[in-house]
Amino acid sequence: MGAPRIAIWKFASCDGCQLSLLDCEEALLELAGAVRISHFLEASSRVEAGPYDLSLVEGSITTAQDAVRIREIRAASARLVTIGACATAGGIQALRDTRDLDALKRSVYPDPALIEVLERSTPVSDHVAVDAELRGCPVSRRDLLELVAASLAGRRPDLPDVAQCAECKRAGTVCVMVATGTPCLGPVTRAGCGNLCPRIGRGCYGCFGPVEGANCAAMSAQLRDLGMTAGEIMALYRGFNAGAQPFAEEAARHE
Amino acid sequence: MSERTITVNALARVEGEGALHVRLRGDDVEIVEFRIFEPPRFFEGLLQGREATEAPDITSRICGICPVAYITSACQAVEQAWGTDIPPEIAALRRLIYCGEWIQSHVLHAAMLHAPDYLGLRDIIEISEVEPELVTTALRLKKLGNDIMEVIGGRAVHPVNTRVGGFFRAPDRAAISALLPELEWGIGAARTLALRFAEFDFPDDRGDYTFVAMVHPQVYPIEAGRIGSSRGLDIPVSDFHDHFTEEQVVRSTALHGRMRDGAAYLVGPLARYALNRDHLGPTVLKTAQDCGVAEVECNPFRSILVRMLEVQYACEEALRLAGAYVPPDPPAAEVHPRAGIGQGCTEAPRGICHHRYRIDAKGRIVSATIVPPTSQNQPQIEADLKRVIRASRGLDDTALRLRCEQVIRNHDPCISCATHFLDLSVDRG
Repeated sequence: MGAPRIAIWKFASCDGCQLSLLDCEEALLELAGAVRISHFLEASSRVEAGPYDLSLVEGSITTAQDAVRIREIRAASARLVTIGACATAGGIQALRDTRDLDALKRSVYPDPALIEVLERSTPVSDHVAVDAELRGCPVSRRDLLELVAASLAGRRPDLPDVAQCAECKRAGTVCVMVATGTPCLGPVTRAGCGNLCPRIGRGCYGCFGPVEGANCAAMSAQLRDLGMTAGEIMALYRGFNAGAQPFAEEAARHE
Repeated sequence: MSERTITVNALARVEGEGALHVRLRGDDVEIVEFRIFEPPRFFEGLLQGREATEAPDITSRICGICPVAYITSACQAVEQAWGTDIPPEIAALRRLIYCGEWIQSHVLHAAMLHAPDYLGLRDIIEISEVEPELVTTALRLKKLGNDIMEVIGGRAVHPVNTRVGGFFRAPDRAAISALLPELEWGIGAARTLALRFAEFDFPDDRGDYTFVAMVHPQVYPIEAGRIGSSRGLDIPVSDFHDHFTEEQVVRSTALHGRMRDGAAYLVGPLARYALNRDHLGPTVLKTAQDCGVAEVECNPFRSILVRMLEVQYACEEALRLAGAYVPPDPPAAEVHPRAGIGQGCTEAPRGICHHRYRIDAKGRIVSATIVPPTSQNQPQIEADLKRVIRASRGLDDTALRLRCEQVIRNHDPCISCATHFLDLSVDRG
C-alpha cells in the first residue's frame, strides 16, 4: 500500500487555515514524509487526479460553480474534513445572508450585474456529507495535525469539545467577565484557541464557534446585565461564525 | 497566420484562485487576460453599520497571510477619523509585529512559492530532497516571523491583541527579549538565502515601471509615511483617492487599480526598494551589492532577491525595536468616537494597502473603501505578461505557460486579498 493521498481545497476564504498547515514548519516536512500531498495548489504545482484518501476543505460555498466543485471533490475523496469557520459555518462572508444581496453588490462593484454569486454563503455540510469538522478562525495548528493524524489512522480525533471557560479555568486565566465586567462569549464558545483573548484581558469574540449545547439565551441575559444593547449583542453573535445555528438564532432574537 | 492559445485554469503557488488566458496571432499578443475568479466576499459592504472598532478584526479576515497589514491600516484610518494620537511606544510595537509579518510572508513566498520556479521543482518538499539546508533555514526563518506575531499578537494568523488605539495588553519585556537571539540569527540567515537565490539563472527582462510606495524621511517604510512614486508623486495618505482609482473588469471579481490618468503602476518590494533604498542601511546594502541587485531593480524575476533584502532589513529592524522595547502604558491610547472620514495606509508585504472609512457620530461605519495591493498590481501584471510573452514567443506551449505563471508569481499576488487569481489559457488560435 502506498502513502495516503491528501488533497487540500480552497473555496471562499482568506487562505489562513491552509497557511496554518504550512505554519506547522518541522511537522510539515514530517507530514510530507508520511503522506503523499496530491493536491495543494497554494503550495505546489504538483496536481494529481483523485481518488484521495483525505480531502481538507477550506472556505464556504458561495457560487454555483463551487457548489458543483465541492460535489466532485466529495466523490473523489474517501474522507472529507472541513477546516475553519468558513467551511464549517459559512465564515465572516455569511454576514451577507442577513443583508440585501443586490445592495451589497452595488456597494462594492460599479457594475453589480457582472457579479454572480449564490444567495447565501453556506458551509460545506449544506452541500455534501462531511466526515469531520475543525472549527476556528483560524483553526489551531495542534488540532489540524491531530485531525489529519486521526483521520489517516482511522481513529476519532482528540479535539476540544468543551466551552472556552473550561480552557480558561484549566490555564488559570482570570475570568474577564467576573473580574472586569468585560463581555465575553467564552461560556458559549468552543475551546481550542488556547484562551487567547481572556489571557490578554479581552472578551472572547467567538471565533471557534458555538460549543455543543451552548445556552445562548443565558449568555445574552448576562450580556444585557453588563449593559449591552440588543444591537450590540446581535453584532457580537454576528461575527466569524455568524452562520452557525445557535449564534444565528440568538442574533436574530436581538434584531 | 498561425494562432496559439495558452490556458492555465488554476494557478499554483499563489494565494487564492486565478487563471490566465493568452491568444497569440503570429507575432502579435492579441489577448492577455489575468483573471481573478475567487468568489467575492463583499467586505466593504459587510462593514457598513458595524462599529468602527471592529474594522481591524473583520478586515484581517480578508487575508490570512497579511492580517497585520489590514489590522494596521484599519486602525490608522479609524484613529485618523477620531483624532487619536498614538504614543511612540505603541507605534514601535506596531512596527515590530509588522516586521514579523514581512518575515513570515516574504519567506513563505520567496522560499516556498517562488524558488521552486528557478530550481525546476514543484514545491518546497521537492527542494528539501535536494537542498535540505535551504529548506530548514527558510522554515526556521519563517517561524521567527510567526513567533514575533504570536508573542505580540497572540497568534500568527488573525492576531487578537491588536485594537484601534494600540493593544489589549503590552507583551512582557521578557517575552520580547527572548526573541533577540533568534533575530540575530535571522539577519545572517536572510543574507544566506539571498546569496543562494542570487545564483539562480534569471530570465532577462526589464519593466518600464511607475513605482508607487510609501516614502519616509528617516526609515524604510512599513507602517508610516507618505505615498510617493518614481514619477515624482509625493502625497499624504489621505490624498490617495485623488490620484488613484479602481475600475471593474469583466471576468474578474477584483477591481483593477490605475492612476487617475489611466496608467498602470507597480506596488510591492521593487517599488519600495526603488524609492527607499538608502534607508536599508549598510549591511543590507552590502547583501544587495553581493547579490548584484541594481539600485533600481526593474527585472521582476529578481524580485525574490529584493524580498530577501527586506527580510534581512525586517530582522535588523525587529532586533533594534525589540532591544529598545518599552511596554506601552497604557497599552492603548484612549479613543473618542466622532463622525468623520479617516484614511490609513501601510506597506503590506505585497505593497500598499489603503483603507478609507466614513464613520457616523455613534462610531459606526457608514462606508468603507479598501484598496489591497494585488488589485493595484493587476494591470501591471498583464502588461508584464504581454512584454514577456512577446520576448518569449519562441518557447513551446509548455515552456511559455510556465514562463507566464512565473511572471505572475514574480509579484506575489494575493488573490484572496484582491478579492481574489489564475486560470492560464494560451490561445495561439
